Amino acid sequence: MPKRTDIHTIMVIGSGPIIIGQACEFDYSGTQACKVLRAEGYRVVLVNSNPATIMTDPEFADATYIEPLDVPTVTRVIERERPDALLPTIGGQTALNLAVALHEAGVLERYGVELIGANIEAIHTAEDRQKFHDAMVEIGLDVPRSGIAHTLDEAMSVVADIGYPVMVRPSFIMGGGGTGIAHDDEHFVEIIVRGLAASPIHEVLVEQSVYGWKEFELELMRDHADNVVVVCSIENVDPMGVHTGDSITVAPAQTLTDVEYQRMRDAAFACIRRIGVDTGGSNIQFAVNPVNGEMIVIEMNPRVSRSSALASKATGFPIAKIAAKLAVGYTLDEIPNDITRLTPASFEPVIDYVVTKIPRWAFEKFPDASGVLGTQMQSVGEAMAIGRTFAESLQKAMRSLETGRAGLNCDPGEIAYDEETIDIDELVRRCAIPTPDRLFQVGAAIRRGVPLERLHSLTFIDPWFLDQMLQIVEERHRLEAVTLAGMRRADWRRAKRLGFSDAQLTYLWGVDAEDVRSARTAAGVLPTYKTVDTCAAEFAASTPYHYSTWEDTDEIAPIAKPVVVILGAGPNRIGQGIEFDYCCVHAAFTLSDAGFETVMVNCNPETVSTDYDTSDRLFFEPLTDEDVRNVCERLQPVGVVVSLGGQTPLKLAHAIERAGFPIAGTSPASIDRAEDRERFNELCDTLGIPQPPGGTASTVEAAIDIAGRIGYPVLVRPSYVLGGRAMRIVYDDAGLRSAMHELGTAGSLGREGGLSAERPALVDRFLEDAIEVDVDAIRDVTGEVLVGGIMEHIEEAGVHSGDSACVIPPPTLGHEVLAVIEAHTRRFAHALEVKGLINIQFAVKDGSVFVIEVNPRASRTVPFVAKATGVPLAKIAARVMMNATLEQLRAEGLLIPPANGGHIAVKEAVLPFNRFPDSDTLLGPEMRSTGEVMGIDRTFGRAFAKSQAAAGNHLPAKGSVFLSLADRDKPAGLVLGRRFSDLGLDIVATAGTAKALQEAGITVTAVVAKVGEADGEDAVDLIAAGQIDLVVNTPRGDGPRADGGHIRRAAVRYGVACLTTVAAALAAAAGLEDALMGEMTVTPLQEYHRGGQLRLDL
Amino acid sequence: MSSVTRYTPSTQSARIVPGQLVLADGETFEGELCGWLPDDERADEVPGPADGRSLTVAGVGEVVFNTALSGYQEILTDPSYAGQIVTFTYPHIGNYGTNADDDEASRTHVRGAIVRDLARAPSNWRSTESLTHFLERHRIPAITGIDTRRLTRHLRDAGAIPGAFGTGHVATLRAAAQADGGTDGRDLASLVSTTVPYRSGAGADGRLRVVAVDYGIKRTILRHLTRVGCDVEVVPSAMTAAEILARAPDGVFLSNGPGDPAAVAGAVSTIEGLLGEVPVFGICLGHQLLSRAIGGRTYKLPFGHHGGNHPVSHLASGRVEVTAQNHNYCVDPDSITGRAVVTHLNLNDHTVEGMRVTDVPAFSVQYHPEAGPGPHDAAYLFDEFVELMTINKA
Repeated sequence: MPKRTDIHTIMVIGSGPIIIGQACEFDYSGTQACKVLRAEGYRVVLVNSNPATIMTDPEFADATYIEPLDVPTVTRVIERERPDALLPTIGGQTALNLAVALHEAGVLERYGVELIGANIEAIHTAEDRQKFHDAMVEIGLDVPRSGIAHTLDEAMSVVADIGYPVMVRPSFIMGGGGTGIAHDDEHFVEIIVRGLAASPIHEVLVEQSVYGWKEFELELMRDHADNVVVVCSIENVDPMGVHTGDSITVAPAQTLTDVEYQRMRDAAFACIRRIGVDTGGSNIQFAVNPVNGEMIVIEMNPRVSRSSALASKATGFPIAKIAAKLAVGYTLDEIPNDITRLTPASFEPVIDYVVTKIPRWAFEKFPDASGVLGTQMQSVGEAMAIGRTFAESLQKAMRSLETGRAGLNCDPGEIAYDEETIDIDELVRRCAIPTPDRLFQVGAAIRRGVPLERLHSLTFIDPWFLDQMLQIVEERHRLEAVTLAGMRRADWRRAKRLGFSDAQLTYLWGVDAEDVRSARTAAGVLPTYKTVDTCAAEFAASTPYHYSTWEDTDEIAPIAKPVVVILGAGPNRIGQGIEFDYCCVHAAFTLSDAGFETVMVNCNPETVSTDYDTSDRLFFEPLTDEDVRNVCERLQPVGVVVSLGGQTPLKLAHAIERAGFPIAGTSPASIDRAEDRERFNELCDTLGIPQPPGGTASTVEAAIDIAGRIGYPVLVRPSYVLGGRAMRIVYDDAGLRSAMHELGTAGSLGREGGLSAERPALVDRFLEDAIEVDVDAIRDVTGEVLVGGIMEHIEEAGVHSGDSACVIPPPTLGHEVLAVIEAHTRRFAHALEVKGLINIQFAVKDGSVFVIEVNPRASRTVPFVAKATGVPLAKIAARVMMNATLEQLRAEGLLIPPANGGHIAVKEAVLPFNRFPDSDTLLGPEMRSTGEVMGIDRTFGRAFAKSQAAAGNHLPAKGSVFLSLADRDKPAGLVLGRRFSDLGLDIVATAGTAKALQEAGITVTAVVAKVGEADGEDAVDLIAAGQIDLVVNTPRGDGPRADGGHIRRAAVRYGVACLTTVAAALAAAAGLEDALMGEMTVTPLQEYHRGGQLRLDL
Repeated sequence: MSSVTRYTPSTQSARIVPGQLVLADGETFEGELCGWLPDDERADEVPGPADGRSLTVAGVGEVVFNTALSGYQEILTDPSYAGQIVTFTYPHIGNYGTNADDDEASRTHVRGAIVRDLARAPSNWRSTESLTHFLERHRIPAITGIDTRRLTRHLRDAGAIPGAFGTGHVATLRAAAQADGGTDGRDLASLVSTTVPYRSGAGADGRLRVVAVDYGIKRTILRHLTRVGCDVEVVPSAMTAAEILARAPDGVFLSNGPGDPAAVAGAVSTIEGLLGEVPVFGICLGHQLLSRAIGGRTYKLPFGHHGGNHPVSHLASGRVEVTAQNHNYCVDPDSITGRAVVTHLNLNDHTVEGMRVTDVPAFSVQYHPEAGPGPHDAAYLFDEFVELMTINKA
């Protein structure tokens, strides 16, 4: 059946900010869907609050609303745009939940909006645990024994029937939030309480635990003619008990016979049909008892999911794109397979390689979290690798993670598992506990002779996977015996085919890395690039989506145009995420347009950059010296873009340059000059640009000397910083001693031998209450500098810029200050001979401008600036890096003046504290946010209020606000108290704050005890009782475990908006005040951008 | 002769025997011999062409590729692979071992296996024997470590082509490959067919009596016939129509099988004698033979269809079936016009996948509705056969 002509305008809902469990895979799916729908001639209306996405680029929709994803806001968009249909299945759980809420609020019916790609009944059946359970029983599929509970009492009676261990899953949640396994009453009660709170409908499923069973997933597509295909099967290395998002997963399934696989396929088909998913993608998860093959259905997602992104990248079958086409009426056999072009999409991809995905975690950012993996997803990103064998793909994936490891051990990191470091029994004991290190521990245990049977009985990891690891270990022993001198062609080939990196061999033999590379090359062993083609080479592929392996021949088509290699950002992590992928994708788009052959190298399956549609050629490869050099040697690029993907590619710049390939844009030497503290200090001195006073220290004594000279408080951090790792603000000698000790022993610095003259700590005066400012600018080869955006941070300096809200244009900075900032920016750009982007952070204190940091590369604010101003900074930068001039780009129409729609844009960070309930929510110099949202409106207050709503911090229009402020914040707190009081909010405070407020004539409704004091209710009690609607709690000194910590944690646990700086609270007050001026309104980005022209410098 | 099975321990200490695969056109691939390694001194025990009975030439046959991700045991035991060496495009083969239930026939006819990586440690609750032992027991030579993707791309362009693998020189292996006659014009079905009739399945309880003509029948087909309530007698391919009809069947099933349909001795006249007398259902080779019996023509595809993911359109409903396929020959649709209608089409290359004879109760499909291995989307065809027999009986 052809596409539907009775619908014209389709609304697409995105997934909002990047959070744990919902990452940039939905930018990938949303972007694909928008592209497809527009290409089919539909008018696309997009709503998404995340400005760092490709999908919110104005060219991907006819009307793009960067607005909060809530019912009132989306209703306003529907009122304005009157879409005929809503596609809710490509924006993750957020979009699906929102669509259900819009339906339940009667909005869809009122405006005649048809849900496409899903129906409410199907969503309810799939998402409601009991309905799903009943539906599966009805079609004869096994499900875990279970019961539903809405209260603790109900839960206790359910568990009495089932018996321990049990799994608890809240209904309507994403990424397994609130899920847990309980072995006893005590733990059970704890999980139930949290689970009931996490579920939007206060419902949990208690079910038989299948911990240790094998875990599989099938990715399905169904069209409205009831054709169903399996796109991909996935087998988890980590068995049941570890959330799929936290599991190492492999495609295709490895240990199922065809009989068992087809039984699973039949069950999956029965499931998707019973649930009634009309069209589109779904994934269904199964557990299989390894002892007898008993198979049970665990869950299904009636939408495009994280696994679908993985399955799309693993097979080359673009699930979201096809899902969008199916939603508008096509059937699978009417849609051509993109890759073969001649065969239809109504088939099941087969692959002739193995795909391994390994999650990446950020536990170092949350020291209070246990670091143990469970049924609630905690990872922040993932790397995927493709190899011809599992061993090869596993080792590639392990080095793709960029955690400093070169593969499955056989690298300096393995010392942590050596005999000298850890007792064998302890090592084996640790293997039994799923953590991010488990794979390395298992690898080390195998090397130390622990039998696979024992490891299997402890880990439940399938013996086949363990044997594959054993093969890697055996090969390592063999290679050790052969030595570099003894390596013949067959030896090299065998080692490389098992995934060994040159870095591992360098370590193993204790030789120079270049010697390994040259000996291997001399032996004629070079990587070959094969193609991901959906069909195991049965048909010719027209899509150049490649991976390296070590075979006879490769499949790279001849190169006709000058090649630019763009290095991506690797797995998402805190501090390096979708913003950098955005920049890389823009570079690919614009450089292709400019006549280059663009080649993307990246290993993150969630991203738009690893869509084979994004660049002219895609190489799905780890971002290491060896792998990137191999690609460069094969393609001989005229430029390698290293400065758009964050620290990952930047770290490779020197190796690439040494290997003889030209770096596009600013030279690595200039980048070093900005990163090396001593040289940067010299630069600032030369330019006469003031910095906060400070120095470098490699010993505690030296640090204390510096602090004595410059005065406390001081900011202490390692000289090599990413996302503010290990930064601290200290107020006295004791604090400084502890910070220096921590720096020298913890984290990567600790692993690499602690502080030294080469790797000192930076000790700088911390400018309290200074305003932090971020600038993104571009300088071209002629020396012209474009100041793209000046952002004023809401939180004061000291809160990591990535965690701070910021505003364009700057609301409080005067013209003179702005002029100084611009002048400084130009001078740095010139002095560093920047060709491309430069990001500078300034601190403004009492009208003086200090420079904090200069980074001659793309920053995470580039997409926000582009969305706020309409100027495509990343594209301009990419062109400039390849020597286009700004003047030329102006003539081409790429560089346009910034928009002046009379609007203000606020970027707010989104933090993952709900996943780490034991962590303090206090913002500080260590970045911990996973994502961002944007609020855009015509006043600052409204834009800020939108940004808070979008971030899930719903500012209350009425109710109680709890104020608890540090002494230094009390003067500003009085202003705050008055404004909240004037807004009609009830003020609740602790005695000290209450006294100050009352003395200033502000009514305090209730005075509460300090947490832990014997008598009277404290703030935590009130929060738990639902009597507080907003918490403002600012830190006292640097003791995060003081009572403030309990209050903030309680706010997170019970979902109460919590602000931890006075500046943010004042902005919130402004938002609430502006909200009183009248109904909130929505405006598409295109309208803001068309709205007129603003001065270039804002 | 007692069992000649010779086990070599399939552990990591198994000997590595470097070998190569050479195609008749000279294309050469490096690998290591595995599976059954024939000893030179027992060359006469090795099946295959006279000049290939040694470790020097361990396996000879027409090289084809199969893209299925699972089901290697079923594929290796499928009699339709007689005369052929099968290349598995999925790199890891042997992961889940083998078990007694998943054999498609008691004897294997495949000439060899080409893999990228033969698993050494199987893992599956049903596994009773590693694939290495299985290959040894069934005397199937194999070669591992091959760049099977390069080989597949070559076969895709050059078509199915004879090849030989072993420890011999390129010239020796190439000569062995060239000496292999391929499958064209060879009556392989008669070679693999049972020589004596036997009963299968529901026995006396079966509602319908079916005679299944064995051109290389798979056990999964028999299981499906049993599932739908048939009492099946499997008979040799050489049995005449009169002999078959003398058994008073409610229907006759024409099985799958290896090789060239034009070469199957006596099949066309047998089937001609059955048409109009009893309902007939054919699968794969059975489909090709049925089409020849109604005057159709068959031709050879460049590299055939071998896998479990081919989309087939059921023309009457427009529904898409994902199907298992294993054939090198195909029916020319124009040649059956007038006698039959095409019921199923392959959506990849638009070749005929099924037909129904218009004047007598007979239908057939080119693909494998029984799967084994493969998806179960088309299992309804067995029910349709029952329906046809039931109507005809009434």
